[in-house]
Amino acid sequence: MRRVYFDHSATTPVRPEVAEEMQKYLTENFGNPTSLHYFGRQVRKAVEEAREKVAASIGAKPDEIVFNSGGTESDNMAIHGVAMVNKNRGNHIITSAVEHHAVLNTVKALGKQGFTITILPVDKYGMVSVDDLANAITDKTILISIMHANNEVGTIQPIKELAALAREKGIIFHTDAVQSMGKIPVNVDDLGVDLLTISGHKIYGPKGVGALYIRKGTRWRQTLFHGGAQERLRRAGTENVPGIIGLGRACELAVENLEKESAYLTRLRDKLIKSVLDNIPHTRLTGHPTMRLPNHASFCFEFIEGESMLLSLDMKGIAASSGSACTSGSLEPSHVLLSMGIPHELAHGSIRITLGRDNTEEDIDYFMEVMPPIVERLRAMSPLDQENEFVAESSCAACKVSSSCHR
Amino acid sequence: MAIREVYLDNSATTRPLPEVVRAVVDALENNYGNPSSLHRKGVEAGRVVTRAREAVAASLGVAPAEIVFTGAGSEAVNLAIKGARPGKRGRHVITTAVEHHAVLNACAQLKEQGIEVTVLPVDAAGVVDPERLAAELRDDTYLVSIMYVNNEVGAVQPLVEIAAVIGAARKAGRRLLWHVDAVQAYGKLPLRPRELGVDLLSISAHKVHGPKGVGALYVAPHTPLQPLVAGGGQEWGLRSGTENVPGIAGFGVAAEMIAREGHLAADRLRPLKKRLVEGILAAVPGAVLNGPACDKENPRCAPHIANISFPGLRGEILVHSLEGRGIYVSTGSACSSGKKPGSHVLQAMGLKEDVVEGAIRFSLSITNTEEEIDYAVKNTAAVVEELRALYG
Ligand SMILES: Cc1ncc(COP(=O)(O)O)c(C=O)c1O
Ligand SMILES: Cc1ncc(COP(=O)(O)O)c(C=O)c1O
Repeated sequence: MRRVYFDHSATTPVRPEVAEEMQKYLTENFGNPTSLHYFGRQVRKAVEEAREKVAASIGAKPDEIVFNSGGTESDNMAIHGVAMVNKNRGNHIITSAVEHHAVLNTVKALGKQGFTITILPVDKYGMVSVDDLANAITDKTILISIMHANNEVGTIQPIKELAALAREKGIIFHTDAVQSMGKIPVNVDDLGVDLLTISGHKIYGPKGVGALYIRKGTRWRQTLFHGGAQERLRRAGTENVPGIIGLGRACELAVENLEKESAYLTRLRDKLIKSVLDNIPHTRLTGHPTMRLPNHASFCFEFIEGESMLLSLDMKGIAASSGSACTSGSLEPSHVLLSMGIPHELAHGSIRITLGRDNTEEDIDYFMEVMPPIVERLRAMSPLDQENEFVAESSCAACKVSSSCHR
Repeated sequence: MAIREVYLDNSATTRPLPEVVRAVVDALENNYGNPSSLHRKGVEAGRVVTRAREAVAASLGVAPAEIVFTGAGSEAVNLAIKGARPGKRGRHVITTAVEHHAVLNACAQLKEQGIEVTVLPVDAAGVVDPERLAAELRDDTYLVSIMYVNNEVGAVQPLVEIAAVIGAARKAGRRLLWHVDAVQAYGKLPLRPRELGVDLLSISAHKVHGPKGVGALYVAPHTPLQPLVAGGGQEWGLRSGTENVPGIAGFGVAAEMIAREGHLAADRLRPLKKRLVEGILAAVPGAVLNGPACDKENPRCAPHIANISFPGLRGEILVHSLEGRGIYVSTGSACSSGKKPGSHVLQAMGLKEDVVEGAIRFSLSITNTEEEIDYAVKNTAAVVEELRALYG
């Protein structure tokens, strides 16, 4: 059977160049970078080279990069660290309704510890408004965290404008660039951000490694993990050396072919979006029509439950995901789609197709071959029958079946 | 063949086993799915994690659902200490003077939050007195963190006696959590947290021929623990973040090895350590062993770590000179926090300054051979003689 991987926002395969470079650091170069002897020094040098590569890929200086275990830890580390250090200056934190749970749950936890939280709304495309941010800022605001590009609907936020506003008021600005990295330009000075999150496994690097950019002079401190003096006291724990080497190489490759690759992906994406909207009735694109990631297409199919769609696709060899995220066992549909004003029943029919560098036109053709009959079959079986739209509106509880856990 | 390289710094980190490397690479190349995804690629990656979890659990004699994977041993320690909920009355924590910095610095954090921390002293061999623990327990003590094997001198703490103290306190109605940093004991000594009544236990893959960047915390059922990292809710909500699938896969293979052969490790390591220590003490006048005396009958002596001082010389210089002869050792913990000079462990043992300054740590793995030990003994003696001629 043909196998098509359409879930690059969830994770990406590791590029062979990356895997190859990592192997040496699992075998001969196995030393602990903290060790003073040759085995340690040799590995320390490689870690510092990886740091330079990561820094260069986002226009930062090497000592502004702290390695850690991934995007989630980076988000936690950034937000918690800034909050704890600056709480004598103010207790107000601003974020947006469409953030990843790594940000939202961290901010909400701080809300229970005496911080005041503002969660900015988004428009129907999932976009945060600069005016809304301006109105939300108070003289107690210490941190603003707004993602660069959204994982569920691909919408790119106007980070430059948002961050400029923060800078004007002397407020620390963090952005989660996990999804934008390698797909659109990410430069910390162009964006004007103070902290920025990167994750290896979304850019054809390994899982379990990430980095946090911390602009020199930012009032931040490590508040999660304490112990040895690794990462210049900014992150305790023996370094994930092979992972760090892989992340360095992945960042280097991510920017090397950015333009060509994103042009290619944009072409595929636009073909996919057009084919779906033209050929499958009662279907909507979610997220912004143009200000979206070049590899990202997301839809809501009316009268269908997303999960059955995904399972049917999986049986045809296509790996995609629903736009809905959940924390273990939750039956709620995606917080992102709901915050965009998409009704519950429609949000349940969401699907996310995220393309990668290995996908081809034929993959899109194959998808367009198998998808329409799946939709037709599921709609025929659906209790959310299109001829009885009234039922669909009112039986919302019935469609609250389990939703998937994509990240 | 003449020996040119002898790696005796296995407490800093170990060389991953070939089977471990294969598992890591296989996960990188083939099992690249996200375990949270519902489709086949995700399910396959999820299976890799499940298998590894079962292997780690089996190596500790616990249930898979009691294992939480973390990004390092240090993170496991931090999660245990800072994640343990004090409950209504909890205001006091007890630890020891010879813990790893992950424990000591996590406790320092608790202090900043208003928790009182009692640091138990150790004897001249680096061993804690269980009766001292019993004496320090208070009504508001909610957490005790005592390591199993010390990473610098190989002192094995009397966990059975400590378990008895803690057990008695619990019987008397105290609500006490017990964390054991078993990073250096794992794979070398039998480790059965359930039998001891341990609630939280930290281990790290790279100390047992697994990959770096992955650790685990054993969490006994019903332990009140809150996460330090929030997000997608992976690892039962105790550790969010996409799983380090390749690292976890490698950890699983290392754990399988331990479940299979771990009970043999001590008996294989002990003769090597004995040969090393006796060899050096015999060949180098003035050399002293720090930590518990190393014979088979002494249960306080770890089978793989030997800390030896050459008073009058400096540890760092010895390390460098030995490296010149292809022997890799360290002055103590690889991850010392670099704040105060001199090992906090040796100082806590009350050793004299020249003994502290002249200490180096040899740490063995089952992959070391007698031939390597003999090479190390001979060259250590030669290096010390050379240096003494220079500085003495
Ligand atoms: C926008 C965003 N932030 C953070 C994360 C978390 O990163 P990681 O999976 O490396 O923990 C993800 C992906 O899961 C993401 O899409
Ligand atoms: C006793 C002890 N605890 C904790 C750790 C930390 O483990 P990791 O290096 O995986 O962060 C170490 C290793 O340095 C150790 O020796």
